[in-house]
Amino acid sequence: MLDESTVSRVEMDWSGPERLTMNMGPQHPSAHGVFRAIVTLEGETVVAVDAVIGYLHRCHEKLSETLTYAQYPSIASKTDYVAAMTSEFAYVLAAEEIGKIEVPKRAQYLRVICAELQRIASHLLWLGTWCMDMGGALGGGATIFLYCIRERELILDLFEALVGARLLYGFFQVGGTRYDIPDGWAQQCRETVDVIDSRVDEYQQMLEQNAFFLARAKGVGIVSRELAEDVGIAGPLLRGSGVNWDLRRTAPYSSYQDFDFRVPVETDGDCYARYRVRMAEFRQSIAIIRQALDKLPAGPISSRPALKSVAQIRIPKGEAYARVEGPRGEVGTYMIADGSAKPYRMKWRGASFSNLAILPHIIPGHKVADVVAIMGSVDPVFGEVDR
Amino acid sequence: MTVEETRAALAATFGVEVTSAPIMSITVPPDRWEELGRFAKETLGCRFFSFLTAVDWKEQGLEVLAKVDNLDDNVALLLKTRLGPGVTTCSSLMPVYRGADWMERECFDMFGIRFENHRDLRRILLDDAWEGHPLLKSYAVDTPHPPYR
Amino acid sequence: MPSWLTLLIAPFIVLNVVIVMVTYVTLLERKFAARMQSRIGPYRVGPHGLLQPIADALKLMMKEDVVPTAADRRIYNLAPIVFLIPCMLIFATIPFAPGLGVADVNIGILFFLAVSAMEIVGLFMAGWGSNNKYALLSAMRAVNQIISYDLPFIFSALVPVLLAGSLKMSDIAAVQQGSLLKWFIFYPVIGQLAFIMFIVSTLAAENRVPFDILEAESELVAGFRVEYSGMKFALIQLGEYAHMIGSSFLGALLFLGAWSGPGPEYLGPIWFLLKAMFFFLVVTWIRWSFVRIRVDQILALSWKALLPATLGLLIMTAVVVVWRTSGIP
Repeated sequence: MLDESTVSRVEMDWSGPERLTMNMGPQHPSAHGVFRAIVTLEGETVVAVDAVIGYLHRCHEKLSETLTYAQYPSIASKTDYVAAMTSEFAYVLAAEEIGKIEVPKRAQYLRVICAELQRIASHLLWLGTWCMDMGGALGGGATIFLYCIRERELILDLFEALVGARLLYGFFQVGGTRYDIPDGWAQQCRETVDVIDSRVDEYQQMLEQNAFFLARAKGVGIVSRELAEDVGIAGPLLRGSGVNWDLRRTAPYSSYQDFDFRVPVETDGDCYARYRVRMAEFRQSIAIIRQALDKLPAGPISSRPALKSVAQIRIPKGEAYARVEGPRGEVGTYMIADGSAKPYRMKWRGASFSNLAILPHIIPGHKVADVVAIMGSVDPVFGEVDR
Repeated sequence: MTVEETRAALAATFGVEVTSAPIMSITVPPDRWEELGRFAKETLGCRFFSFLTAVDWKEQGLEVLAKVDNLDDNVALLLKTRLGPGVTTCSSLMPVYRGADWMERECFDMFGIRFENHRDLRRILLDDAWEGHPLLKSYAVDTPHPPYR
Repeated sequence: MPSWLTLLIAPFIVLNVVIVMVTYVTLLERKFAARMQSRIGPYRVGPHGLLQPIADALKLMMKEDVVPTAADRRIYNLAPIVFLIPCMLIFATIPFAPGLGVADVNIGILFFLAVSAMEIVGLFMAGWGSNNKYALLSAMRAVNQIISYDLPFIFSALVPVLLAGSLKMSDIAAVQQGSLLKWFIFYPVIGQLAFIMFIVSTLAAENRVPFDILEAESELVAGFRVEYSGMKFALIQLGEYAHMIGSSFLGALLFLGAWSGPGPEYLGPIWFLLKAMFFFLVVTWIRWSFVRIRVDQILALSWKALLPATLGLLIMTAVVVVWRTSGIP
């Protein structure tokens, strides 16, 4: 293990017989954000990985102690900024659970629609950036990246019509949602979802029948079921290792029990299995959105409308742990409320923080090129890792 | 083990009250912390390590809590321990759960809790030269740290 | 005119044409790739981006010449030149029309294959002289890869040589004149197999995706070129694309009949150019569609699959040629 004095200044070094210590990041085209991996190589094989994080640390947990329940949801989206809807979701669910605040049915359905649209958008970005990492920004990877971004733009257009923002929303508030869907939005949403359904078919064909892609993804980065549970990874990583665990099914929140969908599980545990899980999740999210749009009830969108001052919401004493199935896994908020307008303590259980902790366990033994493939399939977002 | 069996087993082994709402949690004294972790993993089947964190209760001291899940039987369990006032050491859960590695480093970074038996306890989110532990209630929000202010 | 002057005119013209062609081929590739990715490509500089290569060339010429302090100056400065010279030299033996070539020697193919393999010296000099471990890592991978793939490249290029019975380029082209079916790509079985293996080996010998672990944008950002900027970078780019075009011309000559095509004889070079561009576009198409494979998989493909295959194909070709010429039914 590297000690504190070497961590800050190693760039490249010879550390023992035939071993080379190489630095990847924090500025690196495939670091998915700011991330530094100090890899120890023996030839072309990685022997050890030390992941250095914290470049994006803003101390959200301290910040939440200074912001009220009405102010913080807009900030919450900055943790997992690629899937901002699910980040806000976890926070407001915790506050509502402690305060026993009712959420109207329409708001619950709207939350589900936005969370599933966000899941599709996030997975599109994952697919584009993962293929770009494997194929090069001046090669086949960039082609898929541009196709996926083109589809993601359709979803971001929907969000812009709904909330006014493309990436970081302030859509959720304690008690319901802040905006209602405008006229014609449901129709546009259905059309978008149809388009994406057919295009994802194309991408699947393009990739799965490509021997090079299979050679890069199969058998790479195998996570055993026991390791997955021990480290605490969740989401497509866990389901790719054979564990049938999806919070939308096992601990349903916000009316997920009303919808009919399948939970995709693969047993191989390699990058290809995780890829297949995410591709299947596309279809399931599309199914959920269609059902939710069909069954959308009328009614109010929040049980606390007309929020006039920032300190208006007070949550009585209590604690709760609310969790949401985000695109990357279990996003959770452990909140302790003390009766005032601000929480006493709030812990973000970031999905990517736990997911990233698996890297030092699975990378040793692979080649340098696999490091980027594995990191891409783990799909970290550093806002969530560092908070 | 189901929820009922889990609660009964915990109460029998550790003799403390197990609360069930909003989430099943058990508070043990710090000297039985690692034993509780091992019991949860091996006997109760709670092999999924969700997170580990700490709370600063000001005069009453720090509290370390960890959440573990039993995925097969859908049991969620919150393990807590109260370190006394002024105490900043705790035994580590790393020998039991590998996921405790980064979580305990974060606790050390944010609260200053030293975990014994942790393989490599160093700061994870903040710079190595940082002074102070931000999430303690005594650390003011706008505390300047050189050379940034 | 003194004879030495006439000797210089042809190379001068060819070199200039090659340089202009290289710059415009980059534009062609960018436009082609853009259309594949549902965007437009360079559009604003000149009508439909036609002046983009000129703008790029001017920009590169005006850049500051940066040499890292820790770099080995002599090797660092020489590397782009040593890299460029073989890439330009390969055009010496290519005949652009019957009788229209710089030096149509009777070991033309041998000269081409031997000289094109020499670019690796310049490449390794660039990686070593930069004194940058990423560049060194990439240069090591380059040596590995190019050496592994030069052998299948040579063997698959030798198949048309055997079929034509001569190492002289214009002879090989002459044999394919007359009708479409005489092109070696249409030679039953052997022609098609050789063409496919030739394309795969070309991709690898040129460091094009899917075999471009050399630059591997997402791992070793720009590889051996990482420390080069300005005109030296331009020379390296020039060399790479010139090599690519040279191989395209070789491919067109060996398999696609060089200057054979409908119409009067003076259209020959135009057909040759079109076929070379077709070859180039096939390579580009592959580049922008596939992800890259790992270095150990690349080497495994070469030594375990491609080399035995091309060797077997060469022996089979020899057998077929002897059988055909000896008249045994």
